[in-house]
Amino acid sequence: MSTATVQEHVETSASGKAGIEMMTITVRIRRYNPEVDAAPHWVDYQVTADPTARILDSLHKIKWEQDGSLTFRRSCAHGVCGSDAMRINGKNRLACKALVKDLNPTKPITVEPIQGLPVLKDLVVDMEPFFQAYRDVKPFLIAHGNEPTRERIQSQKDRDRFDDTTKCILCAACTTSCPVFWADGQYFGPAAIVNAHRFIFDSRDDGANERLEILNDREGVWRCRTTFNCTEACPRGIQITQAIAEVKRALITRRVI
Amino acid sequence: MASGAQGAKGTLYRGREGMWSWVAQRVTGVLLFFFLFAHVLDTALVRVSPHTYNQVIGTYKNPVVNLLEVGLVGAVMFHAFNGLRIIAVDFWSKGPKYQRQLLWVVVGLWAVLMLGFLEPMMQHTFHEWFGW
Repeated sequence: MSTATVQEHVETSASGKAGIEMMTITVRIRRYNPEVDAAPHWVDYQVTADPTARILDSLHKIKWEQDGSLTFRRSCAHGVCGSDAMRINGKNRLACKALVKDLNPTKPITVEPIQGLPVLKDLVVDMEPFFQAYRDVKPFLIAHGNEPTRERIQSQKDRDRFDDTTKCILCAACTTSCPVFWADGQYFGPAAIVNAHRFIFDSRDDGANERLEILNDREGVWRCRTTFNCTEACPRGIQITQAIAEVKRALITRRVI
Repeated sequence: MASGAQGAKGTLYRGREGMWSWVAQRVTGVLLFFFLFAHVLDTALVRVSPHTYNQVIGTYKNPVVNLLEVGLVGAVMFHAFNGLRIIAVDFWSKGPKYQRQLLWVVVGLWAVLMLGFLEPMMQHTFHEWFGW
């Protein structure tokens, strides 16, 4: 990756020339090894970081240079795969999209696992309950009747209707920012509702009633208390609370518009 | 569950206006429930005897209960206005977009009405404490 440039920055700042000022930051990580620890605990790490680099780069530095046992998920490292959702400075974000300079680096930057899912080790949680809720809303096209011989045509307007909720990358930042989900792990959670919304409002799909019935459950959309934590946390900027409200209204009026 | 094992020492989630208005809605809701509980009990005393009722209501005539009354009005007003905001978020198509502005309207209305309420409600207490 960009090792060469990083070293260049170190040299320029060391020689006092203008350039990107590297800084020493403290990353306070909530660590937990189920084989050794009785409970999670905070550990501080000092790393030099480029203020415009991501917090994921600092996690890499810690793992590669200081403590190889630090465990976290990441795949693409560019905000596409949704693997590295974590609670950074008290808010759910993707470590690969959170820049050091936006996190008040003068104070220790806290990094903890997302809340409400069982912690397996350090920053890794068991995502299975989250994916189960996703599967429960049938996140695939349900179409009855004659198969068209060519593609299923849709107007631009009909496509735009659910465009926002197609952006979900299933990182779980929304669901694990929801106070209702923390208190009641049975709640479907924002991500599952977003992915149901994506099909409920798709003009090509015939499964809207089926999905609405699933979300009419006691643990469905009615659990939403509109705290907007999900909307604030979404790294893709999906208007989640709005989508949930639309599903609520579709359930009341029994009309999908 | 490991979320429990995460313990009290994890950071407090840094939610914004939406989360804190929800917390305030919960807190005022619980307070109002306790008020209603006491209120039903003291009102029911009139069935015991009007005299007992008057006696109990008489114990409320002091500045401390007056302050509690001001708190009650504050809790009722916040709970009511924010309740309307939540209805707007759920049923008005632009509600989620303007939820923050709606909250400032709620807080503004609350502050203005509280200021208006303060003088008439606390007249007697002001008189007793400061001789106004």
